[in-house]
This record gives sequence, structure tokens and C-alpha cells, in this order.
Amino acid sequence: MEVNVKDIEFLPDDFEFVGDKQDISIDVVAPAKPAWKEAIDIFMKNKGAVIGLIMIAIIVLLAIFAPMLSSYKYDDLNTALQSISPNMEHWFGTDTLGRDLWVRLWTGARISLFVAVCAVFIDVIVGTTYGMISGYFGGMVDSVMQRIQEIINSIPTLVVLTLLLMVMKSSLTTIVFALSLTEWIGMSRIVRAQVLKVKEEEFVLASRTLGAKSFFIIFKEILPNIYSQMIIMIMMSIPNAIFYEAYLSFVGLGLPAPNASLGTLINDGFESFLVYPYMMLIPAVVLSILMLSFNLFGDGLRDALDPTMKEM
Amino acid sequence: MSKSTLKYIGKRLLISLVTLFVILVVLFLIVKLLPGSPINNERLSDAQRAAIEAKYGLDQPILTQFVTYVKNMLTGDFGVSYNMYKDMPVSSLVGSAAKISFLYGLSAVVIGGLLGTLLGIFAALHKNTIWDTLATVISVIGVSVPSFVFAMMILILFASWLHILPTQYSSFSPIVSSIMPVMALSVGVIANVARFTRTEMVSVMNSEYMTLAEAKGLDSKTLIFKHALRNALIPVVTILGPILVNLMTGTMVVEKICGVPGLGKLLINSILSNDVNIILACSFLYAAMYIVMMLIIDVSYGIIDPRIRLGKEDS
Repeated sequence: MEVNVKDIEFLPDDFEFVGDKQDISIDVVAPAKPAWKEAIDIFMKNKGAVIGLIMIAIIVLLAIFAPMLSSYKYDDLNTALQSISPNMEHWFGTDTLGRDLWVRLWTGARISLFVAVCAVFIDVIVGTTYGMISGYFGGMVDSVMQRIQEIINSIPTLVVLTLLLMVMKSSLTTIVFALSLTEWIGMSRIVRAQVLKVKEEEFVLASRTLGAKSFFIIFKEILPNIYSQMIIMIMMSIPNAIFYEAYLSFVGLGLPAPNASLGTLINDGFESFLVYPYMMLIPAVVLSILMLSFNLFGDGLRDALDPTMKEM
Repeated sequence: MSKSTLKYIGKRLLISLVTLFVILVVLFLIVKLLPGSPINNERLSDAQRAAIEAKYGLDQPILTQFVTYVKNMLTGDFGVSYNMYKDMPVSSLVGSAAKISFLYGLSAVVIGGLLGTLLGIFAALHKNTIWDTLATVISVIGVSVPSFVFAMMILILFASWLHILPTQYSSFSPIVSSIMPVMALSVGVIANVARFTRTEMVSVMNSEYMTLAEAKGLDSKTLIFKHALRNALIPVVTILGPILVNLMTGTMVVEKICGVPGLGKLLINSILSNDVNIILACSFLYAAMYIVMMLIIDVSYGIIDPRIRLGKEDS
């Protein structure tokens, strides 16, 4: 269907005046706000993120205080009270050995959170150092470091974790070590990409012109500019670490008894879960809520701290 | 295919091969360094133990053992099982287990991919309505909640309450037994794909060529499926990697819950019974599968979307 533009005839009522929707004579300027206030405002508008934050706070508080305030202990065996369904005395029931599950659950959540935070803390230190050296110095150093990282990265996490826990005795330290061994790569990638971007900026050049040494530039000029990216990455890594800890416990490589983590509780509950579903369901639900909250919180934080990365 | 593409593929292939070799060396060392003897039998005397070790060639120096292992491996021989299945060839054990796991993974990707794309399109077309919010909530839950929790919920619902599906895998009815694990595995895929498709779809719908296509008077079906979806789906290739990782960890736990005799269960059992040859073969297979898939994803991404310049350092 060929239409010659010249053939089209325009009539006076083809177009209508839309009117001044906006008075362009007035210049609207948003009031000046510090960046962190702006970030908090954006964050507060995100309902999911706020709910996530509240849920995390509740779980953390319960994990800290619930075991202290209960009259039971997480490793108190009581053969008279085996496998009791949730009731007023034992809010989440008791397990097959008669241990109070309310206390065990929050002790478990405490350990899961502790493992995740420790692992991510080590990730940050190792990953940031690696990423900054690789990104800042560039050239041959960067090439070699990137190839090494590529090789480490192409070994699937689950194979590394499983094998590591075979060789070493499974304990809290081992699990933290195993998790940080596999998770630092993501952090170092983000840091490297940010360093590559920031180091080309004028203020770095200015600092170098004024005679600043590499050490000063890295820690005083570049690092403060990549904090937000790092915080986002940390918040994204924590649920990952919680998940892998649960996964390890679930395949039988977790903490030895009588210690509890969310993963070992799920694993213990699995043994008898068709008869006593609550033993597995409750820790599984808490684990899911915890991961969901961290994801929501992380998403909200990313939108607030780095509007350029915002999903539509 | 241009010369630079071929060069890039060659380079990636080389790196992958080197990586595989490094992984094999590390795995071999770890397995050899394991505490205790690979022969699990307390009642054996020292002489008997030595005889068995000589039979399997475990008395040789570690380098000789490695060379023999690699030589045999290249002919498809992964040694024999020491403990779990006495003297059964590992290749057949791993082969049959891998077939099941692979089939499950593939079905989960296909089903999850299809449903996820549809959910994503649906959400994007109803942007900022209650449907969009609902779809987003579903996908956020699907991304965050681990697949073994889904497997458990499905198991309790269908097997324990409704009694319509078997609780454990049965080799007599492989199709019925596969419903639950595949369902549990696809939830994560659906959520990931839906989330990503929605984002891409929304940005494509806002682009100028879509406005043009709409202005030309195309009907919405052609508009969505012919013009928008094609471009929206290209970047979905990038999330295939994370999906694959999810599926691999997912299969291991889901297989345990549903009692599926797959690769994950074999690996876990071999670790618990210290059966070194099976551990080695399973871990190596997992690593190899991961590396090959990553290679395919990286290369295909460049071919599907020529705007991605291959071999360029990310900056």
C-alpha cells in the first residue's frame, strides 16, 4: 500500500490544541537534599523493601532473645515429651528427642545468620582486595588475576562446597570457610568493574596530579565511591550464604549434633516429615521468609542507592 | 560467522579445556588426600587390605595413578565402585543416574521457560495493575524460596493430603514419579524467567520502533509476538547461567526429598560412604556439565545478538 505524502491533504481540524499542561514560565526546582536523605526517601516508598527490613529485624531480635527468655535449652533432651505437636507449652512442638523446637528454631536461626554474616564479611575483605588490585593496576596483573578467577569461577559452587566438607571436619569454622571460599568472586567482580569506572574520573586524575600515591588513591578516593555498590552486593550475598548453609546441612554435611541451624533442623524434620510435618515445615518457612526478606531488602536498597540500576 | 567470532570461540574452548583439566587434578588430589583408606571394611587385616589396594592399583605413586586414571577416562572407563556397589563400573552407575537428572533438569527448563515467558508477558502488558503486582509477588517468592521447600510443600500436598501422587520415586512408573520433582524444579525457573522477561518486555514496549509499529496500525498480536517478544527474549539468554546453577543445586536436594535415583543422590550417598571413584566421576561430571553449558551460553549470546562485541573486556 503505497501512499504518497504529497497526496495527503491536511484539514484545519486534523490537529487540536492540547493547551498548556505545564506552565513553562515557572521553573520547578526540587529542594536540595543530601544524597543519603534522598536514598532513605526512595527506600521508604518501596513497600516490599520496608516489609523485608521489618521482617529481618523481627527474625534477628527473635534469634537473639527467644532462646534467652525461654525456660528450655536447645539441647535439653526430654524423653517424656517426644514429638509433641505445637501447643501452649511448646509453641512449635518438640522434636523426636523431646527438645523444644521454639528454642531450637531460634538458636538455629542465630547460627544460620551468624554463618552468613561471617562468610559475607570474609567475602567482602577478600573480594574487595582482589577486585581493587586487579582493577586499579590493570594490564598484566589484571589479565593474570582475571584468568585465575575465571578458572575458579567455572568450578560449580556445590562441587567445591561438597568436596571441601569431605576433606575437613564439619564445624562452624569449616562451613564459614567453605562459603567464603566460593562467594568472594561475585564481590571482586563488582568491585573491579566499579574501580575501572571510577579510576578514569577527573577527581582521581586531580588527586594523582597533586602527587597522591596509589595507596591513598585506592583507599581515600576510589573506595568511598564504590561503597553503595558493595552494600548492595553484601545484601544480595547474605541470602545466598544462608541458602548454601541450609543446603549443606540438608545433604548431611552440616553442623554436627546437637547444634542446630535452619538447615539441620530441616534435615532432622525431613526424617519424619510425613508423620510430623510441622518439624520440617516451620524451619523451612522461617528460612524462606528470611531469604525473601533479604531479597526484597536488597532490591529496595539497590533502587535507593543506585537509581541507574533500577529495574523498570 | 566472522573471523573474530571463531577466534573467540577457539579461545573460550581452550580456556574451558584447561579449566576442566585443572578441576580434574584438584578433584583427584582431594579424593586421594581424604582421611582413611578408600576401602571401608573394619574387619580386614593389614595384609588383606594391602592385597585389595594392590588389586585396584592404589599402592602405586599418586602420579602413576593419575596418569592411569586419565588414560582410562578417555576410553570411557571411570574405574569401579569400591564400597556401595561392589566392583560395578562407575561409568554405568553414573550414566544411568545422570540420564534421570538431566531429563528432569531439561523438562524443568522447558516447562519453566514457557510458563515464565508467558507470565512475564502477561505482567508487562498489565503493567502497574493488580495483575502485575501479583505476578511480581509470585516471581519474587519463586526466586527467594529454595526449591527443596517447594518440593516438600508439593510432597505434603499431593502425596500426604490428596494421595494422588506417590511419595517416593518408583522405577515402574517413571513418568508419574517425575511430576513432583519437575514441578518443584520448574518453580525457580518460572520465577527467574518471568521476572526478567517482564523487565525486558517493558523496556521494549517503550522503545520507538514499537510506537512506530503501533502507529502503522498493527494488531496487538503481531505487535507483541512478532515485534516485541523477539527482542525481549534475547537478554533472557544471560540468565540461563544462574538458572543452571540453581537447577544443579536444586536437583541434589529435590532428588533426596523425592527419592529419585539421580546424580545428586548418587553423589551424596557416595560421599557418605566414601566411595572415591563415584565421588570423582560425579563431581567431574557436574563441573564438566557446568562448563560446557556456560560455553554454549556465552557463544550463543554473541551469535544471537551481534551487537555484543565478543572477546571484549568488560569495563
